[in-house]
Amino acid sequence: MVTPFATAAPALVSPGLDLELSFSEALQGFGLSPQAAHLLWLPLPMLLVLVAAVVGVLVTVWLERKISAAVQQRIGPEYAGALGVLQPLADGLKLLVKEDVIPARADGLLFTLGPVLVVVPVILSWLIVPFGQNLLISNVGVGIFLWISLSSVQPIGLLMSGYASNNKYSLLGGLRAAAQSISYEIPLALSVLAIVMMSNSLSTIDIVDQQTGAGLLSWNVWRQPVGFLIFWICALAECERLPFDLPEAEEELVAGYQTEYAGMKFALFYLGSYINLVLSALLVSVLYLGGWGFPIPVEWLAGWLGQSVDAPLVQVITGTVGIVMTVLKAYLLVFLAILLRWTTPRVRIDQLLDLGWKFLLPLSLVNLLVTAALKLAFPVAFGG
Amino acid sequence: MTIAASTQLICFVALAAVVVIGALGVVLLSNIVYSAFLLGGVFLAVAGLYLLLNASFVAAAQVLVYVGAVNVLILFAIMLVNKREDLAPIQGLPLRRLLSAGVCAGLFALLVRVVVTTPWAVPGPAAIGEGATERIGEHLFTDYLLPFELASVLLLMAMIGAIVLARRDVQSTDLGTGAAADQGLIEKARTPLLVDQGPS
Repeated sequence: MVTPFATAAPALVSPGLDLELSFSEALQGFGLSPQAAHLLWLPLPMLLVLVAAVVGVLVTVWLERKISAAVQQRIGPEYAGALGVLQPLADGLKLLVKEDVIPARADGLLFTLGPVLVVVPVILSWLIVPFGQNLLISNVGVGIFLWISLSSVQPIGLLMSGYASNNKYSLLGGLRAAAQSISYEIPLALSVLAIVMMSNSLSTIDIVDQQTGAGLLSWNVWRQPVGFLIFWICALAECERLPFDLPEAEEELVAGYQTEYAGMKFALFYLGSYINLVLSALLVSVLYLGGWGFPIPVEWLAGWLGQSVDAPLVQVITGTVGIVMTVLKAYLLVFLAILLRWTTPRVRIDQLLDLGWKFLLPLSLVNLLVTAALKLAFPVAFGG
Repeated sequence: MTIAASTQLICFVALAAVVVIGALGVVLLSNIVYSAFLLGGVFLAVAGLYLLLNASFVAAAQVLVYVGAVNVLILFAIMLVNKREDLAPIQGLPLRRLLSAGVCAGLFALLVRVVVTTPWAVPGPAAIGEGATERIGEHLFTDYLLPFELASVLLLMAMIGAIVLARRDVQSTDLGTGAAADQGLIEKARTPLLVDQGPS
């Protein structure tokens, strides 16, 4: 199933940088069979993305600490490295060496399995995040649908850890978390469906390609402003970020389903929620903000400078610009999420469910219908 | 045997083992919460089998619908009524178990017979892979339109039924007995709602 970096490039686009091909050719030069070279290649992109995800979390944790400090007119972490950049590492190390407690009356097996079930789907979803035309682990045809279905596995892990802790706050937190993520998954999926309708494909690569025509102006956010807002609100709710952090509301539930957790198991929840935040931001940038696209198409720039798009140097620069743009857009959204966390109050559970079912769901259905109508009326602008 | 083929075989054996053992656990374990979680595992393994058959859309839909919706709802139902009480002893339990085991064995024998006697087209038609999503869409809106729509009507009926059963308080009369709804009964959660109000 896994076709790493660049096997399924669309025929229309020039092949560009094909890291896999060069890697396997280099290995075959040492006398390895193509199959063995392929086998050696397989773990590389996965490892790279895993490392990228974890580093992304470290950066996000540092940003969260610094921005929250700035919002509250504090200084924030200062002594661990310049500007406290090593603080997230220190946090991680602390959690790593902390005692791993399993409460006496808890269900040991489910208690251990819960955090794993929360983290694994989130990391698996990185499979479909593209950083460039050929820079993703797997260009699976079901693309964005894979993410939606994987993120629906998460509530099971939350329910499991809430139940296994044998603590009423944990159980309530787990139930709230599952209820919240089920309610917000539907408007989320419907707003993704409107995008899919416009790009005629579920693949994340095709969705970005459809937005590359005229740079900034062709991004989906102009054609889907309502969908963009719905998606962002639902993504925040799925990540349990502050306006919607009811599952772990300190004043009501101690820490929700995480109450009994300590050490590395708690770190898994922590890691999972931050990976999910970065992933959601990346997907917003892929779906609505043109993914790896530069505000001015790179092809135009290359044309003005009199360079061919297929020249090796231009290819390398294009690839780098793509990665930088994807990460930049994602981190702007992460910044927004952090600011929202430190400036907005928490909603009540009835307000949360009302917002999800009575407002966002009908709104996203209307958005879908309007998109379909516009697609039929103006096939040029809405991907007919 | 190539590397790809042997990987596929290993995956198939592992997934099949998870499906069989997990399904047995769902039925045989006495703790209903374990059964529900194992059911989720079985659904996931079935999704893995679909992936092995090159049906990635069906696999993703399986995860979304069965694991993400059905199984989570089952867990919700179990956890919201989680009283940690032992079930009331049932009379003649061994006999009942024997009977149900007999019925299950009979069903299994029937299925085995069907599997053995059916002339399977091996190897089947070539997998259409990524084109499957479009083909499924085409079929759902042409020759399978009626079953598709009927399924949605069925779901709507189930939903309305659930709301009517759960929200007795919005009814002026009790559906079961026709008597005026008693708000006190609704507040007392322990009392069954469908009480026999006739002379007994």
